[in-house]
Amino acid sequence: MSDAPAHLTTADGQPLQTALARSQARLRRRAFLLVAPLFLFVLITFVVPIGQMLFQSVYNPGFIEIENRDTGEVTPLMTNVTAWFEANPQGTAPDEAAYAALAADLKHLKEMRAGGVVGERINYDVPGTRSLFTSSVRNADKLEPPYLESVPAADARWADPLVWRAMRSASSGFTVQFYLNALDLTRDGNGEIVRIDEKERVYILLFTRTLALSAAITAICLVLAFPIAHLLATLPLAKSNLLMVLVLLPFWTSLLVRTTSWMVLLQSQGVVNDIMVALGIIGDDGRIQMMYNRIGTIVAMTHILLPFMVLPLYSVMRPIPPTYVRAARSLGATSWTAFRRVYLPQTLPGIAAGALLVFILAVGYYITPALVGGADGQLISNLIAFHMQKSLNWSLAAALASLLLFGVLVLYWLYDRLIGIDNMKLG
Amino acid sequence: MKKILTVTSALIAVGAAASAQELNVVSWGGAYTKSQVEAYHKPFTEMTGIRVNSIDADNPVVPLKAQVEAKNVTGDLFDIELSDAVRMCDEGLLEPIDPAMLPPAPDGTPATEDFVPGALSECAVATIVWSTVFAYDESKFPGEKPSTIADLFDTTRFPGKRGLKKGPKSTLEMALMADGVPAAEVYAVLSTPEGVDRAFAKLDTIKSDVIWWEAGAQPPQLLADGEAVMVTAYNGRIFDAIAAEGKPFQIVWDGQYMDFDLWAIPKGAPHLEDAMKFLAFSTDTQRLADQAKWISYGPARKSSSALVGLYQDGKTEMAPHMPTNPANMGNALVNDFEFWADHDSELSARFAAWLAG
Repeated sequence: MSDAPAHLTTADGQPLQTALARSQARLRRRAFLLVAPLFLFVLITFVVPIGQMLFQSVYNPGFIEIENRDTGEVTPLMTNVTAWFEANPQGTAPDEAAYAALAADLKHLKEMRAGGVVGERINYDVPGTRSLFTSSVRNADKLEPPYLESVPAADARWADPLVWRAMRSASSGFTVQFYLNALDLTRDGNGEIVRIDEKERVYILLFTRTLALSAAITAICLVLAFPIAHLLATLPLAKSNLLMVLVLLPFWTSLLVRTTSWMVLLQSQGVVNDIMVALGIIGDDGRIQMMYNRIGTIVAMTHILLPFMVLPLYSVMRPIPPTYVRAARSLGATSWTAFRRVYLPQTLPGIAAGALLVFILAVGYYITPALVGGADGQLISNLIAFHMQKSLNWSLAAALASLLLFGVLVLYWLYDRLIGIDNMKLG
Repeated sequence: MKKILTVTSALIAVGAAASAQELNVVSWGGAYTKSQVEAYHKPFTEMTGIRVNSIDADNPVVPLKAQVEAKNVTGDLFDIELSDAVRMCDEGLLEPIDPAMLPPAPDGTPATEDFVPGALSECAVATIVWSTVFAYDESKFPGEKPSTIADLFDTTRFPGKRGLKKGPKSTLEMALMADGVPAAEVYAVLSTPEGVDRAFAKLDTIKSDVIWWEAGAQPPQLLADGEAVMVTAYNGRIFDAIAAEGKPFQIVWDGQYMDFDLWAIPKGAPHLEDAMKFLAFSTDTQRLADQAKWISYGPARKSSSALVGLYQDGKTEMAPHMPTNPANMGNALVNDFEFWADHDSELSARFAAWLAG
């Protein structure tokens, strides 16, 4: 041991630095492998679908291409009209070349059996034009030059600048039109953004209704849950355990079972109405309509979301020492003042957590309003489901869902600014 | 190792063969599906050994379109309405069907002549003629009884909740007929924007009194529960409630809305060959006549009509309960499939907006 080694080494002669780095790397790898399943899960089930949804809301190639269902081969559609749009700026009145391009594309659509799909895409923008495409495609072979006369003669709607404006917008695939639709807006013949016809406005109304009903449900939940949570936190253990079971039992019961139970109770020939008739409170023909309307939605959703308010409140109230309120009383506060100035402020994190939880769950609620909501108890999520499952306008469904997501994020941000997300306690 | 591989692949082959011996049929559920199971599915399984799985939907065209669009087709046969069959065929979602593969009538008449006009289309074959009618609970109207389509919309003379179909097809036509449009002019009126407005305006008059239904099994239930006093419904469902369950319901044939139900096979059906076999089997003369033993829908073949006799209870004569019975055809509207093939999606969107607003 005459000269000390330049570098420290491990027992098997490796430089210490390398060995350390290697073991650190191994630890990091192991840590990564441990979280990898969760990471992958979040990526596959959360980030990718949301990304797809956002993409679908701004991209719809229904007008410009069709995929063969047997071979998967993609064929471009409406190529002539698209070329004409590229050659002529917005605002050019369609000329003979434009109508000739249209006639050629209509004939191609007939060959490809694609009139319905292309018409559907334009119909999203200008309601009532799907039939324009399907009927024109059916009779496309009869179109003869000069097309400037023969095409509008076949169907006068082809002369409508709105149809040309919509085709121009659809010819690029990328569009903000679905967001406009989701806000009850559209573009007129000059490309200006205008509100749609009053008879067809629906989404703004539903967004406001969804927010208003969710706020009402959150408020009702808070009023109902606060005393229950207080009782849970202060009763002797034996009694509070029993009460806790009563809170949790419905929480553990299937959502559908709870919703259909409310249907049994609330329908006009249901238990509640029967009891009121039997007690003589109302006459047999004066039965109250409590279901298939907004009342049904509020009652059933409040009941279903109540545990999400009770549990955070309870977890915050449990550790509050009863001595604080007693001290306030002994210092001369009335019971109201003691509650307002001493007890309530300490429960705020629980109120905040419960309110946020209930509100966000309520905003996206779907199955309960669908079952008990009737027509005027429907929420925006029911219309999203309609466009997903029935009208199959997935781009509009995606735009509505994105707006909802964005709205919730804004609320979350506001909440963080006002109350602070660190002050929230879930348990 | 090689042996294991051989055994495994043999097992997989057996498994594939076994799963090929089944067929997924999507239909409307309830009494109607039951009639199909009794008349088609059971004898088909008996004859071929192919298991037939019956899947219910409120309207099978909805899962059909969704499955083909999402490229995940699980159903082999779908029972859909004529306008939907034309629309789906137009969009290239259905397998074309060659009428030559359909069995001739017992007397040798080829299928193309044996089916009633309109029952064979490019991609679908009709099994029944059915209709949307309105029906009421007799016990709720001891005095004057509803007798015309206008009474469905008259809540002053006949107070009480109405159960209507949640969709524009048939609902808009009935609103126009109730507003005084003769059956023959309904589609001419409905083709204009003013006509559509007029239909919605008529619906507005009873909007607050309506409970909306989606599945065909719901309206008889709404009547039975007393939730509604009058409902629109598929005529066979009401017949089933009267004949099988003894309910005091009455069908009003005025303003009935007739349509076909057809078998269609989606592109990409997992068991295409067996589906074609089933389609040919279930639309022969005897099978169509058998179905009428279970539900009051008219067979789509002329040769079947002669074989229609009694309801399965052995005493109820079926003929008076058929939509096609001359006595029931007084003010009947035949669905204009071209109109709906063209306008379904735009009117559905308008209807959804109207309903939510």
